This record gives sequence, C-alpha cells and structure tokens, in this order.
Amino acid sequence: MARPLLKDYFRESKILNNRIIVASVIIVILTFAVISRLFYLQILSHDHYTTLSQENRVTLVPIPPQRGVIYDRNGIVLAQDAPAFSVEVTPDKIENIDVMLQALGEVVSLSDREIKRFRRELKQKRRFEAVPLRFNLNDEEMARFAVNRYRFPGVEIKARMVRHYPLGELGVHALGYVGRINEAEQKKLDTNYSGTTHIGKLGIEKAYESVLHGTVGVEQVETTAQGDAMRVLGHVLPVAGKDLYLTLDINLQAVAEGALGGKRGAVVAINPKNGEILAFVSRPGYDPNLFVNGISYEDYDALQTSLDKPLINRVLQGQYPPGSTVKPFYALAGLEYNKITPGETVSCRGYFQLPGLAHRYRDWKKEGHGAVNLDTAVAQSCDVYFYTLAQTLGIDAMATFMAQFGLGKKTGIDVPGEMMGVMPSSAWKRKVLKQPWYGGETLIAGIGQGYVLTTPLQLAAITATLANHGFQMRPHLLRGTHDLGSATMMAQKPVVSKRVPVANGANWDAVINSMVSVVHSPRGTAYGIGVKSPYKIAGKTGTAQVASIKQGERYKESETPERLRDHALFVAFAPVEDPQIAIAVIIENGGHGSSAAAPVARTVMDYYLRDLVEAAHNKQSAAIPSPVSVKAPATVPVPVMPPSTRPPVTSGSSL
Amino acid sequence: MPVYGGANGQGFWLRLMQRIHVDIPLLSGLLLLSLAGLVVLYSAGGQSLEVLGRQLVRLGLAFTVMIVLAQIHPQHLQRWAPLMFSIGVALLVAVLLVGDVGKGAQRWLELGAFRFQPSEMMRIAVPMMVAWYLAERNLPPHPLRLLAAAALTIVPAAMIAKQPDLGTSLLIASSGVFVLFLAGMRWRHIAVVGGLIGGFIPIAWSMMHDYQRQRVLTFLDPESDPLGSGYHIIQSKIAIGSGGLYGKGWLNGTQSYLDFIPERSTDFIFAVLSEEFGLIGIVVVLSIYLFIVMRGLFIASQAHDTFTRLLAGSLILTFSVYVFVNIGMVTALLPVVGVPLPLISYGGTSMVTVMASFGILMSIHTHRKLVPT
Repeated sequence: MARPLLKDYFRESKILNNRIIVASVIIVILTFAVISRLFYLQILSHDHYTTLSQENRVTLVPIPPQRGVIYDRNGIVLAQDAPAFSVEVTPDKIENIDVMLQALGEVVSLSDREIKRFRRELKQKRRFEAVPLRFNLNDEEMARFAVNRYRFPGVEIKARMVRHYPLGELGVHALGYVGRINEAEQKKLDTNYSGTTHIGKLGIEKAYESVLHGTVGVEQVETTAQGDAMRVLGHVLPVAGKDLYLTLDINLQAVAEGALGGKRGAVVAINPKNGEILAFVSRPGYDPNLFVNGISYEDYDALQTSLDKPLINRVLQGQYPPGSTVKPFYALAGLEYNKITPGETVSCRGYFQLPGLAHRYRDWKKEGHGAVNLDTAVAQSCDVYFYTLAQTLGIDAMATFMAQFGLGKKTGIDVPGEMMGVMPSSAWKRKVLKQPWYGGETLIAGIGQGYVLTTPLQLAAITATLANHGFQMRPHLLRGTHDLGSATMMAQKPVVSKRVPVANGANWDAVINSMVSVVHSPRGTAYGIGVKSPYKIAGKTGTAQVASIKQGERYKESETPERLRDHALFVAFAPVEDPQIAIAVIIENGGHGSSAAAPVARTVMDYYLRDLVEAAHNKQSAAIPSPVSVKAPATVPVPVMPPSTRPPVTSGSSL
Repeated sequence: MPVYGGANGQGFWLRLMQRIHVDIPLLSGLLLLSLAGLVVLYSAGGQSLEVLGRQLVRLGLAFTVMIVLAQIHPQHLQRWAPLMFSIGVALLVAVLLVGDVGKGAQRWLELGAFRFQPSEMMRIAVPMMVAWYLAERNLPPHPLRLLAAAALTIVPAAMIAKQPDLGTSLLIASSGVFVLFLAGMRWRHIAVVGGLIGGFIPIAWSMMHDYQRQRVLTFLDPESDPLGSGYHIIQSKIAIGSGGLYGKGWLNGTQSYLDFIPERSTDFIFAVLSEEFGLIGIVVVLSIYLFIVMRGLFIASQAHDTFTRLLAGSLILTFSVYVFVNIGMVTALLPVVGVPLPLISYGGTSMVTVMASFGILMSIHTHRKLVPT
C-alpha cells in the first residue's frame, strides 16, 4: 500500500484485543442468559408445558352408545337403531362448492331446503370438518353415487346409526320418537351426551331416555395441529342402553287401530290385574320416522294444520265428557252411601224436574223407561234414574267417591303429558270458576256431562279398577328392561295405588251385573255385541254431547254437521268371571256408543281373548259364523314372532 | 511450524489441512455442529431422507465454498472490498427495481436459471468495506470517519429493510457496527448512538410493514392472540418447556411431528431440538457454538493487520448474533424476525454465506502476512 502514514500496530492491537475481551465477556453472559431462560422454560415450567403439550396432542373423541331397542310384549321390534347412509362433504377438499352441488344434484336428489341447511352448517364448521348434505340415501342413489364417485373428491358416503320405527304409525302415540338434540336440550345435557345427536322427544322414547341411552365411551386420539387423527392411544367402550319390553301387544294394537277404521278416536286396553296397557290407540297418527332427522316444513305444516289433529295424543290429552259410561260408578256410590238398594225402583217418565222449577231434564228416551231398578237403569242407561240418584247424593259426595277411582287426577302412567280431566265439586267450581254451584249442574254431572271431563286412559283405568273390585293398579307401558348380553329381563313390578273402599262386597257384584245386562240383556244398550259373545262382557255405553241442544229441541244425528255430532263411548271388561282385559273406546263425532264404539271394543276383546273364542267356536261346531271378524288391518302388516325366537322373559304372566 | 510425531497418516492429514489453509479446531466445531443439525433435521423434516439428502448437498457446497475462500489471501480481499461493495449496492438497487417476489418479499435476482440474493453477498461485503475504510487510518478512528463508516453500513441495510427483510438488514447493520466497535469507537460515542437508536424507534415503527409491527406486538404479548399471530410463539414455548431436562427423545417430539411447531425444520428448528433432547441437548449444542465463536475471536485477536482483525472479529460476532437472535426468537425473548439457526436450520443461501465467512476466517488465520515493502 502506498500509504505514507506509519501505523501504530502495537496500539491498534491493544485496542482490538480489549474489545475482543469485552465481546467475549458479553457472549458468555448472553449464553448464560439463554441457558437460564431455557432453565426457566424446561425445568421450572416443565409441568405446565407438559400439560399443555398433552392437551395439544390428545383429543378425546366421544363414542356414542347404542340406544336400546324397544320391543312389544312379544318381542316384536318397535324401535331400533339402523344404519342409514348420508352424503358428507369436506369443504377443504372442494374447489368450488357451487359447481360440486350442481353436479352432485344430478346424481342424488338435493332439495333447496337441504342445500340451504348445508350452507348454513358450512359456515359454522371448520374447513376440514365433514358437513352432512343429504340423509337417508336410497339404494339407487347409493349405486349412482358409487359409479360417479371419482367425480366428487371430498364428497363421501357415511353410515350413521339412525333410529328407525319399522312399524311406522302403529303405536306412535305410546312410543313417541327421537329427534335431533336442540339448543335448549343441549344446555341441560351433561358429557354423557357428548357423542349423541338424538334424544327422546315424546312418549316412551322420552320417558325412558335415561334407560335407553346408555353410557358414552371415549377414544383418546392423537391428533395433529390440523385435526387429523394419527392413532388411537386408548379407549373406554360405551355401554349400550337397555332394551325395553313394553306391555303393548302390537298385534292387538293393530287390531284396535284397524277396528277404528278411518275414524278419529282412542282405544285403551288394560290388563286389570296388573295395570299393563295392552293397546294404546290414538287416531289419526303419524309416521315417527319423519321426525328423526328433522321433519320438513311442508310435512310438519300438514300435520299441524290438519283438522284431524294427528299430533294430539288423545289417550292422554283428549278430555271428553264421559257421558253415561260413569253411571255404574255413581250407582256404586249410591249403594256404598246407602242412598239406594239394588231392588229400589224409580219411575221414569222421560224427564226429571227439580222441585219448584219448570226446567225439564230430558231422558234420552222421550217416552221414558217406566219403573227402573239399578240393573235396568244401567242396562238401558236411564237418565232419570241417575238424575234422581245425583239429586240424592249431592255433587260433593259424588266428587269424593269418584276421586277415589281417580277422576280429576292423573293416573300416573309412565309416559309424560297426561291431562287430569275434571271431576267437579262445589269447592272446585268456587275455586276455578269463582261461581257457586247450581243444583241443576249436579244432575248434568250425574249423567257424565257438564263439567265432567275424562281422558280415555282414565276411563280405561277406572273400568279396570271396577273389574278388580277396587284394586287400583297403576297403568304402565314398561313391562321390563333387558341388558345387552343378559339373558333375563328385569321386570317392572306392578304398583297398587290403593283400594277403593267399598264396605259391602255385594255392591261390586250388583254394579258389575248391571253392566253385564248392558251387553247381554236383550234390552241392554250394547246387546248388539253381546248377543253371540262366547264370553261374558260387562260394559257401558256412553254418548257425549258436543253441541248443546236447546229446550224442546231434538238432536238428530243426520241433521248435525259431522264435527258437532256426539262422541261415541264404550267401556267394558271381560271375561266377567276372571277379567283379563278392560277397555275404553272413544270415537269422536261417532254418534252412539252402542252402535259405533261397542263393536270396536268387541273386536279388540275377541282378538285378545281369541283362545276363548276358538274354544267356544270348536264346541259349538263350525256352523255358526263368528259375529265379528278378527283380523289385522291390511295396511299395516305386523310380523308375529314365532314363540321359539322370542327373547327369554323370566317373569311373564305372573306380572 | 510444529512437527507432530506419531503415525505418518496423521501427519499427512495435518499437513494436507495446513496446505489447504483449513483451521482444524474451527473445522471440527463446524462438522460437529452440522452433524448435530442433520440429526435434528431428520426428525424435524418428518424423517424424510430427501430433505436430509438436500441438506447434505447444501452442506457439501457450503464447505466447498469455505475451503475455496480459505485459499484466497486476505490482502486480495482487502483490495477487492470497495469493488465488491459497489457491485453489491448496484445489485440491491437492481433487486428493488426488477427483483423477483418470493414469500411476499422482494429479495431475489433472476440470472438465467440461477437465482441470486444480493443481500447475502452484502453480509460479507459490508464488514469488508467498513474494515477496509477504517484500516486506512490509525485507530481509534476520528468521529467523522465513524460517521462515514456508519453511512456505509446504514445505506445497504436500509435498502435490504425495504425489500423487506428485517432480519438480514439488522444482521448487516450489526456486522458494520461490530467493525466500529472493534475499531475502538469510544464508549461515549457508543452511548450517543444507543440514544439515537432509542429515539429512532418511533420513526422505525411508523415505517414498518403491518406484519412487522404485528410481530413486535405479538412478541410483547403472545397470549393476546393465541390462535393468530401468537400461535407460533406459544406452540414453540410448549415444545421447549415440555422437553424438560432430558427431552422426549429423538423422533418422539409430539409438538414437532403433530405439526404444532411452525416452520419446524427452518426458523423454529431449535424448538424441535429442545423438545426432543431437553436442556442437556441444548447445552451440548450451545457449547459447540460457544467453542466456534471463541475460536473465531481467538483468530481475530491473532490476525496480523488491522483489516483482517476487524473483518475476522466482525464476521464471528455477526455469527454469534445469528445464534442469539434465533434462540431468542424461539424462546420468546425476542420478536420473530425470521433468522435461521446457522448450520442447523434447513435452508440454502444463508448457510453458504455463513460458511463463506468461516472460509475468510480460516484464510486470515493460515496465510502469512506479506510484508509491505
């Protein structure tokens, strides 16, 4: 270099070496700073970060338990989880959702509603999460998609377990249905439902939700930051829900629904010995399968606005005036309170007047029944006899006595939504209507009209109690539960609520005999069904007024619009010597109990007591045709399980 | 020249190393570090032999560049310093005008099939230039020369910051500042500059890109946005902390292979090291770094003239800044500035540059001074 300046190398190297020493010291200090930082992170905070790392790594994936199967009393499947196939879309893997939807719509049918729901759900989920697009693919759609699969990356067919009701409408009001868990329900549910999408909404499915559901399992899955599962680290298996055996005999149910035909109404059949409900019919019904994955607006609107009100559970919620069906109970009250004797007669001239009043309380038979005693009064349903009895008893004694049977109270059946009905008293009217009780109202109540309201279930229950000589068995639909893998059924014990106190046992016989006369005496109002019955029936017809009829006017069925016509009622039990079935039938706007409701009851009883019918048939030879044909309705074929395939039931008929 | 006894083979290798101007302690440290890097990278790269192979090729290239540079006499470097610097600045201007945009930043020059990052070249050219300038006169330098030297540093650094590449820009600025520091810049001047930088922070803030500001904000409070910009830092801390003293074991880092650590084979590879090898593994790797840096400072102190001392010192201090900035960023002591961990992170250009600077160090240490006449 051509620099003239002499450099002071000694001084320069001294400066430089000093600076290098300073730098070395700084580097050592920084190294220790870094190591202390790492000591803090890796030793002092180790536990904290280990927990965080573990939380990152392991995702707990719930495994939903299998819901219990619901069987009828003979082991016929009423509700069961079945695999259903759905189309699911992973948005991450789709280039253009609109183009995909357009093309997919040509392969499987996609409604606007489904697309709308899909787009809504799309916004709520993360990009790599599968979103269901279509539920319940049929076989043809499955096949078409399989062929075209290569065209739709990111679109998959998934099998899910979906509740299925193989018998459709049959028994729907007892069974209820499951539906998707809604927001309000979600808030109340605990982690046991973390993998569950559906919950019981109505009926047995709701009442026994906790039994049917089971216990959730959990899978520990190692998951990447993107949510892809790498491997399963461990799992706790779910415990399936218990199977339920109902008291329903679904074949009997089908017979009852068939016997009602297209009419609106309800049929309840109870085994009086133990309170088991054998048939639980409310017509019209609906297909519970519609509700499982969310009913379409059109379908729901149709059900909701139908004049026939198929969604109403008439058995539990239909409150009807019982009409003459309660007369035998009043008669029993009269006997029990020593106001009447069986032989005592009342003269019926076709009307009744309260002392000093002009108003005529009419008998259904204008010309009157003449002199009637208890037996003939019940058999012919003489109103004047019961006006007189009501007048003698007074409303409060009537109310007290009927309350013992359970009128105006819930029966305590094991499905939700039951209505109480009304058994009026002077205290009730003061409290509820803030009005005093009028004497005339006692008379009206005495023939089961006016304020008196009962549900079909209550009518069947009080008839069963009567058949049982006062022993009240709580009506119930659950016969027993069955653990998966267990050979035995845990039977529900019948519950005796209490016994209706009747001092003189002969009073039961007097009343029951009068009901036998209803069916078997030639002048009985239900002689039509009793005349050729191979077993003895005790019954009572009833007609409940829908529209009021003015004084002096006559009710003519043919002149009254259909929905203002009287409701037809019939209660009965049979065989009288050893009651096995008690039944209540209500046909809305069906006219007379004798002509409309009684034959339905006979059909149901004939099917249930078919052993007796056949025995009698064989004895009398084949020459006499059966008065009522017994067959299931053609529209609902019900498989009857052969005895050999029935699941083992330990405590059967002893229930 | 010392004569080593023992087997002839050993003697042959030693002579060969001396012949090709390789400093054996430095080479040993670098090879050890590269080996450790490959072990960690095998795990971080998802046990991909392809990734490992490519890294090996890069290492081969980088070590070749190092050995080639070791052959060049420091006096040639001193002579070329102004020219290299001028070319570098010209290329930076070219990048700003016609550069290729990669990963949202304009850093590359397309030269036929070859992509070139002029900022990498400047990492050596700037300390060379500043050292050349200050070596012309007696040390310590006059304050005016200090200002001129500072300008030689700040102009290219600002151009690189504009690309924008904040990490490289800061490293280049520090390499220039290290020359000033080693040249004996007075402490009170250092204090004044420190004050000026403090005053400059608000201005720098206003000039920053949004993503750069976000990085600073996230650094100050990573938990404020755990799923957004704070995510990287939080996951990195979890990986390090859960490693503990002994680590989870090689190939067993869950944060790593389940993809929770972002950029785990490049900028955040230190988190993988910490998770799988724990504090013990870190201390081993830091010791190798410390050894290399100390050897580098020793070489600087032993250099024969002012230019080589300043250059060697600046290069090795810049290397240590790399290490501290990367570890500081991964352990949430510093904001995320996108600086790789030298010789361990997966990646190309920066590794070649780092090895080039070690080549220069070796050259400085092994060439005899040409006595001026």
